[in-house]
Amino acid sequence: MLRFEGIFKDYGGTPALADVDLEVSEAQTTVLIGPSGCGKSTLLRLAAGLIRPDRGQVWFEGARLDTGSLRPARLRMGYMIQDGGLFPHLSVRDNVALMARQLDWPRERREQRLAELADLVQLPTTMLARYPIELSGGQRQRVALMRALMLDPDLLLLDEPLGALDPMIRFELQRELKAIFARLGKTVLMVTHDLAEAVFFGHRIVLLRAGRIVQQDEPRVLLDSPAEPFVAQFVAAQREPQRVLLGAGG
Amino acid sequence: MRRGMLRWASSRRLPATRLGLTTLVALLLAVGLAACSPEPSAEESTPRPVVIGSKKFTESVILGETLRLLALDAGHPARHRAELGGTRILWGALLSGEIDIYPEYSGTLVREILSGEDVSSPELLEVALAARGVRSSATLGFENTYAIAVPEPLAEQLGLQRISDLREHPDLKLGFSSEFLDRADGWPGLRQRYRLPQTRVQGLDHDLVYRGIDAGHLDVTVVYTTDAEIARYGLRMLEDDLGYFEDYQAILLYRAELAEKAPDALAAFRRLEGAIDAPTMAGMNGAVKLEGESEQAVAARLLSEGLGLAVTVSGQGFWSQLSQRTLEHLGLVGVSLGAAILFAVPLGVLAAQNARLGHLILGITGMIQTIPSLALFVFLIPWLGIGWLPTVVALFLYSLLPIVRNTHAGLMDIPVPIRESADVLGLTRGARLRLIELPLAANTILAGIKTSAVLNVGTATVAALIGAGGYGQPILTGIRLDDTALIMQGAVPAALLALGLQGLFEFAERWVVPRGLRLKPSVGVRAEADPDPERPGA
Repeated sequence: MLRFEGIFKDYGGTPALADVDLEVSEAQTTVLIGPSGCGKSTLLRLAAGLIRPDRGQVWFEGARLDTGSLRPARLRMGYMIQDGGLFPHLSVRDNVALMARQLDWPRERREQRLAELADLVQLPTTMLARYPIELSGGQRQRVALMRALMLDPDLLLLDEPLGALDPMIRFELQRELKAIFARLGKTVLMVTHDLAEAVFFGHRIVLLRAGRIVQQDEPRVLLDSPAEPFVAQFVAAQREPQRVLLGAGG
Repeated sequence: MRRGMLRWASSRRLPATRLGLTTLVALLLAVGLAACSPEPSAEESTPRPVVIGSKKFTESVILGETLRLLALDAGHPARHRAELGGTRILWGALLSGEIDIYPEYSGTLVREILSGEDVSSPELLEVALAARGVRSSATLGFENTYAIAVPEPLAEQLGLQRISDLREHPDLKLGFSSEFLDRADGWPGLRQRYRLPQTRVQGLDHDLVYRGIDAGHLDVTVVYTTDAEIARYGLRMLEDDLGYFEDYQAILLYRAELAEKAPDALAAFRRLEGAIDAPTMAGMNGAVKLEGESEQAVAARLLSEGLGLAVTVSGQGFWSQLSQRTLEHLGLVGVSLGAAILFAVPLGVLAAQNARLGHLILGITGMIQTIPSLALFVFLIPWLGIGWLPTVVALFLYSLLPIVRNTHAGLMDIPVPIRESADVLGLTRGARLRLIELPLAANTILAGIKTSAVLNVGTATVAALIGAGGYGQPILTGIRLDDTALIMQGAVPAALLALGLQGLFEFAERWVVPRGLRLKPSVGVRAEADPDPERPGA
């Protein structure tokens, strides 16, 4: 489905990715995690074709991503970022249906799909006429997900999709998103910096550090048998609040 | 089925921004072109009118008006392009055939226009003119030379009689017309000949010189010997004791072909040779500048009293004049601004897409902006002549920068995540520009257009200098005649037009700027969906 092969990427002399190989398996959620600057977002942006590797290749559904194959590939990808990336000048309806309209979907088909998606993400249909500025943060992310799903893509690319939300909304949306992914059976590649979120979503977690993959495993395995001391440290650091709590209680 | 098709068609509408901008440009161009639609073409049988030019000072305008009446009296159609500016513009227009004849002075011809050529004898002068297809009449009977003038009380106090006397008073404040300051036979030569020590020299419009003297800002200035103001403001003309100033006989310069094309008119024009003496001319200047008579009336009186011709004078009513100027002004502004939008928005887009090209485009349009409008006219006149076309081109060029700059800025300000979201959706570059980027930049682009429009209305008043008319005409005449009411007749409508255009654009915002960008964030919606951010645990 999606495969990275021997990827090298530099940003002005600073290596962001060095010799990365990764296969994203179908109908599963793969989570990229690691400290800031580890290269997790770079990997996602490579998949979306927003940047090109200096060396190595990205394969998507059997074809190499390059100038020629990029547009058709993008029509089979959904993309969602931290603040939603909604177009402020378009209504919710136009944001979500923009690409379908470009592809000449008949109005009935568009409206039907819009209704389906609104139902899926639990957005009241009255919201379809609103503009992004009239929505709450959580509603914006629901709309962003609708837009990502509109063309029924094979792959979802999510870059910190819930990063800008406050904890309550975030918690609620996490559960909804996970249910949606499970229901649709989509291949998902997600970037997060939050280990709890990674564990919650991921069939597989890929931990990066300084442009290299340190370990990739199921969450259970990653937590229980760290491949190297760094993994253990990273896991421990993210469990800090829990330990404080446990320590205070005992 | 049919209904479905219709709905589908309507859903593929043009994006509002493009529709709005297109309508705006079309409106501007339509108004502009309608306003400046050519005068009804003359019938086949009537000959081409003789076009008379005049400089932007009263004497020249009176003489031009006299020439027009003479041609009409001889049964030849004639048009007077009054107040065309200075020597350079008139001479250029004569050479290019934009005008057929204009009043000039022999000294200006010899020392300014043909400077650097040997025209020391009348024969040599004739040859030099003939080589350019131009001829000169004999003198009209008076001389209008430069003279250095000082207010009578000051002259009395300092004992100033001759220009040489100025040498003893280096602190005197000198103010000269800008033309005199620059020209070869003006201040630089005078200063050298008399070895004058003064360094404080102000350049200003000739018509403002008298006001400067009157208000005490200036002590010494240059006047024309037939100026009516010399007597009015009580100035003493200093004797040119070293014989610096050239002979400035009033003459007519005309295209040689006039002898074949309009012999009747030319014969009429030449009746002015030797017909006006200096006191008569000064009297006519005074009648216009000080008594407020029209140039036309004064010229008609000259013809009836001096040449025994009965000439009828028809004036134009205030409202018909105002509406004509409004049309002229709208024509200039509408066409130049409409064309500027059509060019500048794509240029701004190009500049935003390619950084190096952007530097170049912004650099060039910025450079154009620094060229003074008069200088730009002088560049354009050899190619485009005088009048409407060079003015529209100049206004078009001046209108580019604000629109290009704002288009560029508006596009560059679009947040990267928005642009990338559009890319990953699979929009093509063109669709991204049309559906996402231009609508998001619409507000900024429109602000640039608004700036351009207001600047344009203002700059267009300068167009009167090269014969394009508009609200600049009464301003120009008002400055010349020191007539504030007349200046207002141009300045007030120009200001109103600028305000009106501003209003039009604010109105246009509804169509051009997408609704989603005009909304304020709704607090109610936020609170209802999100828990209070102050109490995250609640």
